[in-house]
Amino acid sequence: MAEVEVRLTQVYKAFGGDAAGRRVAQYIKPDEHGVIVAVDHIDLEVREGEFFSLLGPSGCGKTTTLRMIGGFEQPTSGLIELAGQDVTWLPPYKRNVNTVFQSYALFPHLTIFDNVAFGLRRRKIAQAEIKTRVREMLELVELPGYENRKPGQLSGGKAQRVALARALVNKPAVLLLDEPLGALDLKLRKQMQVELKRIQADVGITFIYVTHDQEEAMTMSDRIAVMNRGKYEQLGDPETLYERPATEFVAGFLGVSNLLMASIGDRDGDYAAAHLADGSTVRIPATLKGPVAAIKIGVRPEKIRLYAEGAPVPEQMNRLEGQVMDASYLGASTSYIIRSNDGERITVFEQNLARTSHGSLHQPGQKVQLAWLPDHTFAVAADGHATAGGPDGA
Amino acid sequence: MRSSRPVSPRASRAWRSRLGTVTPYALLAPGILWLLIFYVVPVAQMFIFSISTGSLETGFQITYSLDAYTEGLSRYGEQFGNSLVYGGTATILTLLIGFPVAYTIAFRGGRYKNLLLFLVIAPFFTSFLIRTISWKILLGDEGPLLGPLKHVLGILPGDASLVSTPYAVIAGLTYNFLPFMILPLYVALEKIDIRLIEAASDLYASRWEAFRRITFPLALPGVFAGTLLTFIPAMGDFVNAQLLGSPQTSMIGNVIQNRFLIQNDYPTAAALSFVLMAGILVAVLAYARVLGSEQLTG
Ligand SMILES: Nc1ncnc2c1ncn2[C@@H]1O[C@H](COP(=O)(O)OP(=O)(O)O)[C@@H](O)[C@H]1O
Ligand SMILES: [Mg+2]
Repeated sequence: MAEVEVRLTQVYKAFGGDAAGRRVAQYIKPDEHGVIVAVDHIDLEVREGEFFSLLGPSGCGKTTTLRMIGGFEQPTSGLIELAGQDVTWLPPYKRNVNTVFQSYALFPHLTIFDNVAFGLRRRKIAQAEIKTRVREMLELVELPGYENRKPGQLSGGKAQRVALARALVNKPAVLLLDEPLGALDLKLRKQMQVELKRIQADVGITFIYVTHDQEEAMTMSDRIAVMNRGKYEQLGDPETLYERPATEFVAGFLGVSNLLMASIGDRDGDYAAAHLADGSTVRIPATLKGPVAAIKIGVRPEKIRLYAEGAPVPEQMNRLEGQVMDASYLGASTSYIIRSNDGERITVFEQNLARTSHGSLHQPGQKVQLAWLPDHTFAVAADGHATAGGPDGA
Repeated sequence: MRSSRPVSPRASRAWRSRLGTVTPYALLAPGILWLLIFYVVPVAQMFIFSISTGSLETGFQITYSLDAYTEGLSRYGEQFGNSLVYGGTATILTLLIGFPVAYTIAFRGGRYKNLLLFLVIAPFFTSFLIRTISWKILLGDEGPLLGPLKHVLGILPGDASLVSTPYAVIAGLTYNFLPFMILPLYVALEKIDIRLIEAASDLYASRWEAFRRITFPLALPGVFAGTLLTFIPAMGDFVNAQLLGSPQTSMIGNVIQNRFLIQNDYPTAAALSFVLMAGILVAVLAYARVLGSEQLTG
């Protein structure tokens, strides 16, 4: 396994209390006296050369975490290491880390060349080398010939690339990116996602990427930490997070998920029985059987297949009955809302493979059977906490 | 283009474009009128005085004589020099004092920002004259500054004096014009996005370098505005030199005031005013040039 590039140990950050936001925790309990806990005792290891994302809703502490790694903010308590060295209290300019800021923060009075050369000049790199490195970097971000423009003359997408070049040209050990594509329109964002990934593979630098867009994180990341309220709920590669979300929050934040209350029964080979509220029993992978009996089981909408009432359902599949409430034809697929017998709403996406006309869709009001493979089932604790594979297990 | 239409599109377009060129001027008219009445007319009147001869009793006739200019310039070179030196020194001092003050208010003021800004302009609630006279007391031979230095600390000899020296005039000018420096500096500094300074520090700039490369260059418009707002009135000031100085420290403002109001020698006063105006204009243009090119090279 690759070396650990960035390590956070029990990093805690509270704002308020005293002006600097430091050492608050020692004498004030959070939640009283207007203290805001932005980051709540996080342990994190980011490996060398990986594309790592912090994903979570607004206000969950992503930016604060990133700013502490960059040195713009000091943790209230905890330890931050870069390549094994304690940098918790080092100022930004003494860290081998560069940042792409959310609003780009290009220097408006300097040309693009001078913007990109800024870091190299501060480190007293020879003039000739600065020239070649800036030119190479502008080529990498596909902006050759823009040297003498000013930031004000650039579009958002181009300013974004300059910000990237300005940081990358310094060849930092770690590049921090705070929602760098947030200000771009959808099309440009998609294009930049691919490009960012290409550039990261090209330069081989560790990227720590902050975003609230799950699709963006899934597209680019090697690993993702899904954050909520100052902690991360699960850390893993995109596939694991999607297929095996460990908490209700993760299941809901990454894509659509159907969650059903269940109590876990006996184990039977590789599977365990899960008794649902409507009286039916389904099977889940035995590995998901945790210490608590009451859990929620989940299944993604595209994993479910619909069968007409009375039609034969393959033996190995989990089966549930319901009634179609709504069907939306989306072209490539159809999205159904099904009500199960005990009133739960279940979303189903079905590829329009065999359909030839609108008339052949399942119609609202129709009784249907829902079927999915036991292996496609995941489980989260009923109170929202992980049963398996949570922060400690990852 | 169809020609059967009642109003040809071309004609209507031409009319619209004519309207388009006229409208801006129509909108500017009140402003132009204002400038004409309150600026151009007095300046023209002054110019006419400066090329006239005569006295208040006999009336002034336009004689196109440049005597007022030649006489004024030859006699009052020293006072022009004083104005330049005192005004320039005071401007530099207000910049040196004002910058840290404006910086502190803008970046460290926190919730006291408005209070601190209010304190900066608070002196304006008292008359300019009274404040300047109180500086006479402050700087007096036995005043709160010199008194202790002479008798308690014994650093200065008993006959040391500040009032009536250029130092007192410069101190007065610096004090009186300080708010005119602080306010534009504050406005410029306040506008600076703190993330730019963070970005500089992210890019290996120490605090000092971040200041030198980012904060200061971005504050230059404020420096420019502040120095002009200080230098121009300080050059023409006569109150400080009159109250805190001596006949030896007369500035050109004192001469002009004296010629106008006491000797009623309008031509010379007007000519001196014109020379002062031209001098300031040249200085300002040269300054704008230097500062402008500095901003480009950053
Ligand atoms: N300088 C600050 N002072 C006070 N509270 C702050 C400050 N910065 C962030 N916070 C608070 O900390 C929490 C986390 O913020 P942030 O890290 O910016 O979240 P995110 O980037 O995930 O949206 C939020 O509740 C925010 O209001
Ligand atoms: Mg943020």
